[in-house]
Amino acid sequence: MALMIEATGLTKRFGKTRALDGLDLTAETGRVVALLGPNGAGKTTFVRAVATLVRLDGGVLRVGGYDVRRDAAAVRRIIALAGQFAAVEPAMTGRENLEMVARLSGRDRTSARSSASSVLDRFGLAEVADQLVRTYSGGMRRKLDLGASLVGAPRLLLLDEPTTGLDPRSRIELWDAIRELVGQGTDVLLTTQYLDEADNLASDVVIIDHGRVVAAGTPSELKQRVGGKIIEIHARREVDVARIAQALQHLDHGEVHLDPATRRVSVSVEDSGSELMHTLKAVEGIELEDVSLRQPRLDEVFLALTGHPTSDRVLERAVS
Amino acid sequence: MALASMSIGRTTGLGVSTLQIAQRALLRYLRTPQLIILGTVQNALFLLCFRYVFGGAISLPGISYVDFLLPGFITTSVLFSGIGAATVVAEDLEQGFVDRLRSLPIPRLSFLAGRALADTAWNAWGLLVATGVGFAVGFRIHSSLLDALAALGLCVAFGFAFEWFFILLGLMAGTPQAAQGMALIVFPFTFLSSAYVPVATMPGWLQAFAAHQPITYMVDVVRALTQGAPAEALLGHSTGYWVSGALLWTLGIVAVFAPLAVLKYRRS
Ligand SMILES: Nc1ncnc2c1ncn2[C@@H]1O[C@H](COP(=O)(O)OP(=O)(O)O)[C@@H](O)[C@H]1O
Ligand SMILES: [Mg+2]
Repeated sequence: MALMIEATGLTKRFGKTRALDGLDLTAETGRVVALLGPNGAGKTTFVRAVATLVRLDGGVLRVGGYDVRRDAAAVRRIIALAGQFAAVEPAMTGRENLEMVARLSGRDRTSARSSASSVLDRFGLAEVADQLVRTYSGGMRRKLDLGASLVGAPRLLLLDEPTTGLDPRSRIELWDAIRELVGQGTDVLLTTQYLDEADNLASDVVIIDHGRVVAAGTPSELKQRVGGKIIEIHARREVDVARIAQALQHLDHGEVHLDPATRRVSVSVEDSGSELMHTLKAVEGIELEDVSLRQPRLDEVFLALTGHPTSDRVLERAVS
Repeated sequence: MALASMSIGRTTGLGVSTLQIAQRALLRYLRTPQLIILGTVQNALFLLCFRYVFGGAISLPGISYVDFLLPGFITTSVLFSGIGAATVVAEDLEQGFVDRLRSLPIPRLSFLAGRALADTAWNAWGLLVATGVGFAVGFRIHSSLLDALAALGLCVAFGFAFEWFFILLGLMAGTPQAAQGMALIVFPFTFLSSAYVPVATMPGWLQAFAAHQPITYMVDVVRALTQGAPAEALLGHSTGYWVSGALLWTLGIVAVFAPLAVLKYRRS
């Protein structure tokens, strides 16, 4: 298998901060890689490095076989970047934005026009194509930004937190758009803070923190290590928290976590359907506020994979 | 090495990319009517204050105050539009437009070239508006049309020179607000020049600075070219003196700030 991204020992410092601290990562062609990590983990720095926008302090980074330092121009011809903020021009229409990027990607006028039209159709923006982007919603801007990164027909698409700040519906629409691209053979490297996003879109997930890789694997491999979904029970009275925990311990799922302060007990389960039934039976008679079955949060994944919480969590605790 | 066969896309020429970037920059100005109207009204108010409030207190030999003032007002308009230019450059950096451009296969310098082109065109438009307002409040040309056009051309050149200073500010500022704040430094500089009052009326130590700083040369060359002999007499030098001084300053500013802006852009 040929490698699309090959990073060895990348380091990048900003003053005292080590944004990348010996990061190793390989991505094969034909894959969708999700870089998952909390705020400040170094995701944006890595994506910008792949896009030839960061001067690395150390390490070797090859994209599509080209060294980002020596062959930056060649790398730029195969990648496209949709950054953390939608870089579309509010004072231009959707169509004008796309035609501009297409022209800048080396297309002539006719071909820029047709590729802009086809991107607008594909992302369901045809109706608003000739309105100023100023009037677009956040979700529409994101889609347009994604579209703008496609008009040059890149081999590798870089998406930095593509759905952060979007409402749930726009988020799903954007996921669909990304999946469709992948179906057409574009490789994607995306960053996210959401486990479900990585799970939904990626064939490989790389978890990073403090500029280093913490864990990597396919979503199902990682889930096995983390343990499927989480059942969380919210007790009405504090005295019941321990009783619930005890009942769950007997079911022998996984490690049971107690949080007396919020009166919550959680446990990770493999086969969510039947185990939820068992769990409910086990706590029958205890007054409950709420029971939920959910994806593990990023902090729970970190805890399961590394045995220590994320930096974010530490911070939260220190503050609260 | 399977990827060595990876299709290498096209590269875009400097001309096309510069024009595309300039077009975007101009559309951004043109499609923000609030900005245009506010800017014009502000300018006009500023002019009216000087013309009718201070104008009465200032009398000059051989030349009316409005004819003295307007060259100052028109010339310094390129500095005031520079504040906007610095802000927009910082915005393009902050909002990811520059990142997108840098990840595209275009010559690196096309961003700066496109900005300089668009802002210079925008300045030229601003100069025409300022001149129009000037005529409306009584400004007249007392030389040849050719000289007046030469003055206008020089103002465009001054705007182009200062553009590099403002691009550098925008690149260094970090945020658009900071860029705007830093660019406001042009205010004291215009007041410490011959733009609104003759340098001769200032205290000696200030005259030493005001008489030699670039804005004074640029304003006075426009005075000499539009007002002819009375202006030459008042300013104490021939038109040729002001032309060469203004051109030297223009070249000097480009020679210093264009390379600095390019360096800063390459670095960041
Ligand atoms: N231009 C910069 N100047 C100073 N510090 C930076 C800069 N870019 C990133 N950092 C720091 O590097 C670390 C990693 O940042 P980043 O890559 O943006 O993380 P993420 O995208 O995962 O949130 C953070 O601590 C951030 O504050
Ligand atoms: Mg980020």
